[in-house]
Parts: sequence; structure tokens; C-alpha cells
Amino acid sequence: MAVVAAELAPPRSSRAADLRSFLLLAVLCLPALVPLAVVLSAVLTPEVEVWSHLLQYVLPEVIANTIVLVVGVSLGAAVLGTLLAWVTSACEFPGRRFFEWALLLPLAMPAYVLAFIAIGYLDYAGPLQSWLREVFGSSRWVPPIRSTGGVIAVLTLSLYPYVYLLARAAFLSQGRRAQEAARSLGMSAARAWWRVVLPMARPWIVAGAALVAMETLADFGAVSVFNYDTLTTTMYRAWFGMFSVNAALELAAVLLVFVLIVFAFERRARAGLRFATTRDLSQQAPRIRLRGARATLATCFAAVVFGLGFFFPVLQLVLWVVERAAMDLDARYFEFVMHSVVLATSAALIISAASLLVAYLERHHGTLMVKLLVRIATSGYAIPGTVLAIGIVVPIIGVNNTLQSWLSAWLGPSAPALLLQGTLITVLLAYFARFLAVGFNPVESGLNRITAAIDEAAVSLGAAGFQLVRRVHVPLLRTSLMTAAILVFVDVMKEMPITLIARPFGWDTLAVRVFEMTSEGEWERAALPALAIVLVGLIPAALLTPRGEHVA
Amino acid sequence: MYSSRNEQLIKPMFDRYTQETGQAIRFVTDDAGPLIERLAAEGKNSPADILLTVDAGQLWQAAERGLLQPIESEIIKTNIPAHLRDPQSRWFGLSVRARTIVYSTERVDPQDLSGYEDLADERWRGRLCLRTSKSVYNQSLVAMMIAAHGEERTEEIVRGWVANLATEPFANDTRLMEAIVAGQCDVGIVNSYYFGRLVRDKPDLPIKLFWATLAGEGVHVNVSGAGVTAAAPRAEAARKFLEWLTEAEAQAMFAGANLEYPANPNVAPDPLVAAWGTFQPSPLNVAQAGELQAAAVRLMDRAGFR
Amino acid sequence: MWLELHEVVRRFGTRAAVNGLSFQLERGAIGCLLGPSGCGKTTALRCIAGFEPIDDGVIRAQGVVLAKRGESIAPEKRHIGMVFQDLALFPHLNVHDNVAFGLAHVSRDERRRRVEELLTVVGLADRCFHYPHQLSGGEQQRVALARALAPKPDIVLLDEPFSSLDSELRERLGLEVRQVLKRFGATALLVTHDQREAFAVADVVGVMRDGRLEQWATPYELYHQPATRFVADFIGEGVFLPGDIVGPSAVQTELGVLHMNGGARWRPGQRVDLLLRPDDVIHDDASPLTAEVCARTFRGADFLYTLRLPSGTQLLSLVPSHHDHAIGERIGIRIEPDHVVAFERKSS
Repeated sequence: MAVVAAELAPPRSSRAADLRSFLLLAVLCLPALVPLAVVLSAVLTPEVEVWSHLLQYVLPEVIANTIVLVVGVSLGAAVLGTLLAWVTSACEFPGRRFFEWALLLPLAMPAYVLAFIAIGYLDYAGPLQSWLREVFGSSRWVPPIRSTGGVIAVLTLSLYPYVYLLARAAFLSQGRRAQEAARSLGMSAARAWWRVVLPMARPWIVAGAALVAMETLADFGAVSVFNYDTLTTTMYRAWFGMFSVNAALELAAVLLVFVLIVFAFERRARAGLRFATTRDLSQQAPRIRLRGARATLATCFAAVVFGLGFFFPVLQLVLWVVERAAMDLDARYFEFVMHSVVLATSAALIISAASLLVAYLERHHGTLMVKLLVRIATSGYAIPGTVLAIGIVVPIIGVNNTLQSWLSAWLGPSAPALLLQGTLITVLLAYFARFLAVGFNPVESGLNRITAAIDEAAVSLGAAGFQLVRRVHVPLLRTSLMTAAILVFVDVMKEMPITLIARPFGWDTLAVRVFEMTSEGEWERAALPALAIVLVGLIPAALLTPRGEHVA
Repeated sequence: MYSSRNEQLIKPMFDRYTQETGQAIRFVTDDAGPLIERLAAEGKNSPADILLTVDAGQLWQAAERGLLQPIESEIIKTNIPAHLRDPQSRWFGLSVRARTIVYSTERVDPQDLSGYEDLADERWRGRLCLRTSKSVYNQSLVAMMIAAHGEERTEEIVRGWVANLATEPFANDTRLMEAIVAGQCDVGIVNSYYFGRLVRDKPDLPIKLFWATLAGEGVHVNVSGAGVTAAAPRAEAARKFLEWLTEAEAQAMFAGANLEYPANPNVAPDPLVAAWGTFQPSPLNVAQAGELQAAAVRLMDRAGFR
Repeated sequence: MWLELHEVVRRFGTRAAVNGLSFQLERGAIGCLLGPSGCGKTTALRCIAGFEPIDDGVIRAQGVVLAKRGESIAPEKRHIGMVFQDLALFPHLNVHDNVAFGLAHVSRDERRRRVEELLTVVGLADRCFHYPHQLSGGEQQRVALARALAPKPDIVLLDEPFSSLDSELRERLGLEVRQVLKRFGATALLVTHDQREAFAVADVVGVMRDGRLEQWATPYELYHQPATRFVADFIGEGVFLPGDIVGPSAVQTELGVLHMNGGARWRPGQRVDLLLRPDDVIHDDASPLTAEVCARTFRGADFLYTLRLPSGTQLLSLVPSHHDHAIGERIGIRIEPDHVVAFERKSS
């Protein structure tokens, strides 16, 4: 019997620790806040002439377009993702095992790649319509791909996996039980699904749809290829076509208003997620066996989505590569791959670590201010890449110049030339701002699954502070951390605008290469780097759903 | 070097120069806009010596913002004609491209074609394909039209174009030409080298260039050009390199790589390019493309040209 | 005293969840804090464990101060084991590793020995390498107990340990838990709202209300000699019969004069309520006193009859179930006032 021999001390959570965490979080917020400050300062000093032109001739249509696009894609992705998630998580049909995993693969395919493939294939001059005209004389009944419907369809196919992932998590943890409960109360299977299962999964679905909406708002590559005018493309045009950075930043401000709205939705939905029960794997209900026509329908549905969103585009890329681009495969190519992988890995590591830090700060010092700061730090996700990049490059250049003049004043002409903006710091900071949310979400939900009671149990058994983290949290957070790292890795691999603007000298990546090729209209030659991006992005995406059901 | 001209079009030349002189060249490629922003923000501490762009308007913009320094070079003055150079010697063109009409040989009689303005005529209703107004090439074209006709008339013309469109504007010239071949439309406006690339691979396509006229006076041309940056740490070496670029060998490589016309009139174009025939370029100074670009963009907005 | 609380206060904002709690627990004893939800019992437990600081009062273990106002010893240093309401087993560790968790500072052999011993005692030796999600609720609870006991803590705290289990299991498991605790000589404090649990497991029970103890006594004493009206009401079943004091331990009621325990504090003439438990009201066919059966509950061995006297007063009576009387019947009853307790009448 050990006599209690420890010292009396003041209770644990003190004001000093709260202040420290507040400051730490404030620093972590900077990469996301500085571009916002830059935007704000532009709004406060408007260029009236350009702005009034935009307001009169451009803004109404562009805002309408943006709204239509966001609503269309979010709804489309929500419906598609939810249906697919239900079918693969609760039912059994031929090919289910394969599709369950395969339907995630479009994550590895950037929207802008899917865009140019779709247009290349389905446009009037493309192979499909040409063949139809040859055989049937007319291809008029094929809906035009270069239309609002087309861009919505392509973005939906590209982004539905976000909803799919989250809805699956919802259905796997609660769906079957809820449906059985409802059926026992007299509802038919369909009604049960509609009235009970779906509402229970709603927070997940809404969270996924909100992510989709933010991605859509920020998209630049795909809508450019479609020549569909949204706020991001207009921003770019105002900047470089009308030579007004100011107007571009003001448009960014308008864009951010939309982002705020979507963000509010997402936060509300995520609040609902907090109270969801954790999974009880011992209660896995058996799957609904689909037979006959239904089974065929399910298989076809999954096959069509997989085909359109991944298989056929990749096939087309492969064909183009085989046809054309073997000439491009040289040492320089592996340099591109290397650059892409190095950037993606660094970002993944930094962001996973930061996510863990932020999640812990929120857990232990969760005052209102802290929660607000966490929200701010993870809001960079919705800021369009171009805005973020310039919003970070410019201040860094400013800092660099200031430091440079100090150095020169101090050391005279022999002072070394600083080039902060030419280092990895800039691009990694921009990635940090943009992708912290991507890493933070899975880590936060993983940490939330570790209840306060588990913490207290460990503490009462002698494992507090660092011991607690090492022996309990780390093992339990392993999957969440891996998920975070993987998602960030894939996103950075696909990322284009930030890399384009903020990369160091000579650090061309695969995405940059695709941009160069598509901007020249050499789409066939863009196939090789595009395929490389998809292949590299595949490996992590495949790891995301191993046999079990561990998701996010 | 900061370059908005794509890597594969310039690297071979850089390698050649390094081979010949031992001078290494490092470069970053990006759209001109971000490059110019970066130059401006970097100010005195910019590591860039040269700015290379694909459009005169972009060069004009950079010069206006004080990002380029004037260079006095007899060699450049000799090699590059005046209307392809900045009046204040801050930049000059290296290669010339024409933006002109393409037409379907199956459905269009070249006799019916004349000027860019003509495409606004009713008889082309539903037969015209255009690239998006976001393209800097179209912006320059419209800018030059404003220089020639004034804003009011140009707006009329552009409205006419929009009314004649067979389909939504294309994101690039190549797709536009494919649409013409497929029969979706009959005429369009493209850069000469895109046409060149297309027919180089498939010479039997039923599509041809027509040398249009701007205000009756000549084909709208634009340049890919360069200038020395205002803060260049290695200005002398930069000047030497640029001078080398205006010489015969480099000119042939530079223009030939992209099926363009060398700016240096003494250098013959690539035989493939020469086969399209000669044309009279519009005499307006290309700098005006930059001056009027913002107005052109606004005009296209007003006219509903997406 | 092994564990001692003295006037402990814990506030949340303006509300005092624990409001002057005092009790003492001897070494090897199993105590219990019993009370309705919101009475502060869980908060008190958490204060003892060290997860909540206290605002006033003192908590002492073996004479050493664990906590007082403004100061406290960290939970991991208190050598206090805890079994949580939701058990909180570590999902990433199997049973063996869960139980061994608090034994990091012990040699490997010793660790294995202790884990084996504990698992054998709780009857889970064959489940050693299973994971928590593969066990039933009752098994998980036994693992949680074994885990808390492994590091030989000075005190074991149990927070509503059976609340997630089926009710028939509860009583049985309660006895098992008691056996295990006694086997190791552990001093334990249990918190619950369920009387049966409390009575099955604990040596001494404190009835809590609004952050204070109403009574701290053995289950028997609580049942038969409730100190306050609240305790009388809370523990077991019974009714209050109005009456008047007529003598040193005599009360006049409509059922006649009854004798109660300890009449010293009452003066004749005072009005009181008498606690009558169902086992105080005996079914006697020979008795002249009758009452009408107005409700009944079958309990296997007994019926719990609700009876109505002619005056309208209701009584409860526990009768062996072979006396099967229908509702509306009149049956004879007799009061056996061995443990009749009186409280001041509340003016309603």
C-alpha cells in the first residue's frame, strides 16, 4: 500500500497555459488570415472605374453562374454520394466488394483533367459525336458537353467521393440498426430509409456536401476549360486582363461571402456529428441481398459512375500517352514526379503534425476564443488557390525586402541576397493555409472518439501528460493521422494554382506540367503528366479503405 | 528569366546558348499576370533578369509599371523592325504570329472572306466559332480594333460576332479548328501557329488560313517578346543574351519551335510556315495592344462576348 | 481513517453540486453514495479521484490531505483506481493489456502474475487476448474492475458501474464485485441511484440529497431507522400515517395506539407522520381491522397490496403470494410496529 507522497499543487488548467495555447493558435491562423487581410485592404481602397464596370456588366451573370454551379454540384454530389454509399454499405450485389473501394478512386483524378477529357471526348468534334454522325448521320441528340449541365456533371463526378466517404461512415455506424428499428415499427424498407436512416446520416451528408461546395467555389482549372464564368475566373481576368489587382481582390471578397455561407452550413452539420455514437463493430448487421433486376441495377449504377468518373478517363489518358507522349518520358519527367512527391510529402507531414497540435489545443483549452481561432485556422480551405498564393507571396516578399534592407544596412554591400520567396517556405505556407482543414477533420473526429472517460481511466492508472498521449492517444489516432496525411498528400499532388505561383525556381511539378500543356491546347501531351498524377494519387486513395471499414 | 512562354518552346534555345557561351540560364514559367505581379512585388530584390512573354500587351503592361529597363542596343535596333519594338526601348518582339481567319474548304469560298469586321455580317449567322474573350490573344485583337475603329464601332462588330456564334466560345484554338473540321461551324479566328501545329500532323484536313485585314490594312499580328527587368542583377549578361536571340540562328530556332514568324525580317521562316503564303501585317505598333487591353476586356464584357 | 471527507464543497457557477459533504470510510470497507440524479454523488466521486478540484473542505486519505481549497494532488498521483460508468476500456488493447495498463512500473514477470491472478478472480482468464468489442457488457465490466484493481490502489471508486447492464445481471454482478473487492481487501466507494445495487455491494451507504448526506449508515439501519423523512421516502417502500403523540413512545393513529422506537424527542400533543413499511403491515384474517385491496403487484414470492382503510388512508402490505386476493376484497390486517419511525408532520 503506497502512502500518498506527492505534493499538493494548484489545479491543472491555468490561465498561463490557456494564454500560451491562444498565442500558438493565433500564429497557426496567420497563413489563412494574411490573405484575407490583403483582400480586405483591397476592398477598403477600391478602384471605382473597374469595379463599376464589373458591377454593371459582369457580376450579375457571374454570381448567378457561381450559385447555379455550387448548388448543382453540391446537390449532385450529395445525391450521388449518398446513394452509392448506401448501396455499398448496406447491400450486397455482384461486384460490391470491388466498387466499395473503386468508387473512391475519382479522388485521385483532378477535376481539370476530367474536364478536358470529357470535352475532348464528348464535344461536337470529338470521337463519340463524330462516330454517331458517321453511323447515324446526326449527333444532335447528344447534349452539349460545353454547357452548364456539362460542367456540373464533370465537377459532380469529380467531387462526389467527399460525400461518399462521409455518408459511408454514417451508414456503417448507424444505418442498419436504424433501418431495422424503423421496420419493426411498421415502415416499409423504402420509407424507413427515407424517414429514418437518411435523416440520421444527414449531418455527415451535409458536411460532405459543404466540402464539395467549397471545392467548387475555389475551382479554377475545370471551369476555365469549360469557359464557364465564375467568380474565380472573373477574378483572374480582372487581375490580368484588366490589370487591376484591386478589382480581383474585391471579387475575392464577394467570393468569400459565399464561402462564409457554405462554411456556416458545414459547421452546423459538423456540430451534429459530435453527438453521433461511435461504431459498435460487434453489432454489424448482415447486408441486404439484392437479387435479379435490383442487383443488376445496383451493379450498373456503380459501374457507370466508376466508369465515367475514373475508368474511361484513365483509359483515354492511357491511349493518349501511348499515342503521343512516350517522347516526353525522360529524366526531366522523373524530376517532375520527384518535385510533386517531395512537396506533397512535406505538406502531409507538416499538416498532420499541426492538425494534431490544433486538435489537442482545442481539446484541452476549449474556450470560446480558442474554438474561434481553430475555425479561422481551418478556413483557408475555402479560399481559392490563386488568392491564397498571391496573398502569401506578396507579404513574404515584403518581409524579405525588409529583412534584406536591414541586412544591407547592417552588413553593407557584402550582405547576402535573401530570397525567401524563392524557397519552399512560401509554397508550404500556402498549402498549410489551404489544406489544414483536410488534415484537421479526420484528426479531430479521431480525437473526439477518445472520450474523456478513457483519458481519465488512463490518468487514474498513472499515465498522465506525455504518457497518456504515447500509450493511449497515439495508437488510437494512428488511423486518423494516416487518413489526414493521405488526404493532404493527394490534394497537394493535384493542386495547381498555388504551386504555379509560389513554387521555387525550377520546381516544376506534374500539375504545373499539365497546366502548361492544356494552356497551349496540347491536351494529348497533357495526358502523360495527368496520368502520372492519377497514378501517384491512386496509391494513397486505395489505402484509404482496407478490408475493415476504417474511414476517416 | 521569368517566362510566360512555355518551357518546351524555350529550353532548347537556352541549352544551345549555354553550350555556346557557357552562360547558364534558370527560369520559371507561369502566366504573364502572376509573373508581373511577382516582379512588381519583388521590386529591387528581384532575382529575375529577363521577362519573356507571349503577348505584346503583357510587355506593355510590365513596362508601364516600371518593371523593365530601356536597353540601348544597336544590334537589336537593326534586327527588329520598329513597329515590333517598344518606342522607349524597354522591350522588343522576338517572334511574330498572326491571328487570322481559318475556314472550312468544304463549305466556304475564300472569295467571301475579307476583314475581321466582316465576320459580324449576317451571312455568317450560326457559322462562326471563336475562342473565349479571356484569351489574351483575342484581347489584343480587339484592342487593336479599338485602335483602328474606335470603341463604338468595335463594340458593334463584336456584338455581331457574338450573334453569329455557332456554339459557346472555345477554351483554345485547337478545339476551335477541330470543330470547323467536324462541321460545327465554318469560320473562326486563330493564331497562325496553332493552325500550323494542326496541319503539320494532319496535312489533309479541309481547313485553311485566310489572311484577313484589320481596317483594310493588314493582318493583326502579335509578338512574343522580352525585355530586361528594371532590377536585373545581371543586366549586361541579359542584354547579351537578348541580342543573341535576335540573331539568325536563335531567331530560326525561336520562331521555328512554335511555327511562328521570326521578328528579324532577314531570317526566313520555317518552310512549313512559309507555305501558307505571305501577308501584309498591320502597321499599327503592337504596344497599343497593351494600352487598350483593359478597354478591350470591358468592351467584350459589354458586348456579351464570353 | 482510510478515507475522510470533511465539509467538502464543489461549485459550478453559483450552484453547489457538493454542498458540505462529510463522511469517513474505514480500511477495507465498501461505501456507497446513493441518491437521485443531480444530488452530486458523481461530482463527489470525481473530487475524490482528483478530476475536479474542491472549493472548500478537505479530502484526506490515510491522514494525508488529497485536496483542499486551492490545492490538490494530481489524479495520477493519488493511487486511486476508478471504474467508469461507460467502462472506458482502451479499444486498442486486448484484455490482458488493458488490465496491465497501470502496471508499467512493475517487472514483467510480476505484471504477468498479477494480471493472471486478477483475470482468474474475475473469471475471464480464457478471454485474455480478446478485445473489448468482442466481449459482452458484463465481461467488459469485469475487465474494468480488474484493470482498476491491478495496481493495488488505496481506494477503488466505482461510478454507476452497473448502469449499462441488464437488471437481473446487476444484483448478481453486484455480489460478485463485492466478493472480488473483499477478496483483495480493497477499500471502495460506489456511486449509484439504484438501491438494490447499493445494498448488495456496500457495507455502509450514504443517502445524498442536494450535495449533502442525509444519513450515513448500514443498509439495515437506513431501511429500519431512517434519520430523515427523505431517507425514509427514498429507501424501500412505505407510507406515512398521520398520528398524535400521546405518551413517551406512543402514537395515536386511526389504527389504534402504536409504539415506536425512541420516543425521547417527542412531547405529547405533537403531530407526527409514522413510517409504515409494507412488512410492518401483516395480513391477519383474525384481525378486526380490515382494509380494501385497491391494487396489487405480483412479485413472485409476495404480493404487494395497496390497501385502503375506511378513512381513505392507503397502506402497503407485503403478503406471501399464496394469499391471492382480488381487487375490491376486504382483508384483515395487523400492524407490527417493531420498527415504526416517526417524523414531524409536514403541514401540507
